[in-house]
Amino acid sequence: MTSEHAPRPTIGWLLTDTFAVARRHLLKITRVPESLFFALIQPVMFVLLFAFVFGGAINVGEGGAKAYREFLIPGIFAQTVMFAVAGITVGITEDASRGIMDRFRSLPMKPGAVLGGHTLASLLQNTLVLVMLSITGLAVGWRAHGSIGETLLAYVLLATFAYAITWVGAWIGLHMPNPEVAGTAGLAWIFPLTFASSVFTPIGTMPGWLQPIAQWNPVSCLALASRTLFHNPLPLKGNSFPENHAVALSFGWAFLLLAIFAPAAVRYFKTHSTGGAA
Amino acid sequence: MTFAIQAHGLVKHFGEVKALNGVDLEVEQGTVVGLLGPNGSGKTTTVRILSTLLNADSGTASVGGFDVSSASDQVREVIGLTGQYSAVDQYLTGRENLELFGRLFHLSKADAVSRADELLARFELTDAADRGIKGYSGGMRRRLDLAASLIGRPSVLFLDEPTTGLDPRSRQGMWEVIQGLVAEGTTVLLTTQYLEEADKLASRIVVLDHGSVIAQGTSNELKSQVGGDRVELVVNASADVQRAVSALTPLASGTVTTSDVERRIVVPVSTGSAALLQAVRVMDENGIGIEDIALRRPTLDDVFLSLTGHAAEDETPTPTKARRSRRGRN
Repeated sequence: MTSEHAPRPTIGWLLTDTFAVARRHLLKITRVPESLFFALIQPVMFVLLFAFVFGGAINVGEGGAKAYREFLIPGIFAQTVMFAVAGITVGITEDASRGIMDRFRSLPMKPGAVLGGHTLASLLQNTLVLVMLSITGLAVGWRAHGSIGETLLAYVLLATFAYAITWVGAWIGLHMPNPEVAGTAGLAWIFPLTFASSVFTPIGTMPGWLQPIAQWNPVSCLALASRTLFHNPLPLKGNSFPENHAVALSFGWAFLLLAIFAPAAVRYFKTHSTGGAA
Repeated sequence: MTFAIQAHGLVKHFGEVKALNGVDLEVEQGTVVGLLGPNGSGKTTTVRILSTLLNADSGTASVGGFDVSSASDQVREVIGLTGQYSAVDQYLTGRENLELFGRLFHLSKADAVSRADELLARFELTDAADRGIKGYSGGMRRRLDLAASLIGRPSVLFLDEPTTGLDPRSRQGMWEVIQGLVAEGTTVLLTTQYLEEADKLASRIVVLDHGSVIAQGTSNELKSQVGGDRVELVVNASADVQRAVSALTPLASGTVTTSDVERRIVVPVSTGSAALLQAVRVMDENGIGIEDIALRRPTLDDVFLSLTGHAAEDETPTPTKARRSRRGRN
């Protein structure tokens, strides 16, 4: 009796619903511009801190501080992509604790669209952050030296990776009991992953037992892949398999994470009501 | 007789805890059934199963003729759900929220816009329509939340404690809105801890305790289970209590109880206000001064107390609370 809509193929509704949810999250960004501001300012701060505070102390071979900045920026790209995950983890937990997830679940919408819309909005925000970061990078002397194709591929890789990582964040968010825990949990796994990588320091400077871990670390792969595609310095680069196939491996990591976590998150969302009971 | 909601033998465990212990429920089309019980009695769990949010461990349920587990998509097309929280996005305006939920209900863009307008007007939110929800009062949020659940013109509406936390005036307002919906033919399953609310809105009441239905019937039927009306009076002097009891005994339909200290006499009666008049007359004839006299009808509180041995608002210290912690909600 309420079916005022015409029948439409599933995929059509999935897209319509996804865009409607994404629109909600984008509107939210315009209502709380502070959140975007801090999302933008944090990577900029990292660039400035590492470039000028640690830059002198971390030796990446010839070229001194300027070479380090060229080395650093792709690392910060990778790091930023990783940290972007915290926002969605908290956002999903907030929706759950406010009963909004249950409202979505009680609607005849496509369940995949709730997370699909949220991750899509995150992707758009992260793209904006990458643009901001690139501008800051250019300002401190970083350049993309590769061909236009390579440069584009680097950005596509970063965006794909960011998208995959937000699904991991969404999956974590669904499992967290409240936004406070989600705020901590969303970042807890990011820190070791980001720092035990080639983001800030060449892997060659790390102790031997840590090196294979850092080499296979998806964040290292992403940083190395960006450096390769931007033709930025690759100091102390080893000859290990992950280091030699960084670009392919990064795409591989992104698709692997996406293939595991997107279906897992949607399935969890469909089957687990997040509200309390009485 | 058509049933909009039918449930048989619903059982639900949360870990070790049995939240529902074989609940049967039938709600006739176009009526309001009040699901009454203390926290942890299984009210919300029942609503969550019927609104497709949870799967029961065993038992069957259908809403609007559709099975809640095998035809959950069809169920979602005919239901509206208002939970204990205002499940609206606080960063969006009232209008944006309603349009969002309209779109997700698969209304066309134009329909979503006009439906939002219509509901904003109906719930007296037009003036606040373009303000962020953050600035709404508790009552306005609840009204918006209810409006959101009506986007799809549901034939079956689940209201899970719709007035918890509202001030008396807002509560009154919600009641009027709910009565309006019922007048239009909507079937409502309402959970509440407020006996007054169930009494006021529901044509039938189902009392839950520890996951089981312990009583059901109309409000009057339930009240008659704990006995009928009684005249309560307070005499001026304690010395008069015994004399008053002898004078009142012929009016009583049961044993007259007294309390010397409070000078209070309770007379069970079966003739309602006529008995009250008689009692006044008898006191007057015997020259016994009275401080207070009233006809008291049993409230659902009395019903609850006599059925469960504890008052409705009591936080029953059942292990049911433990499973709550998942989302830190209650």
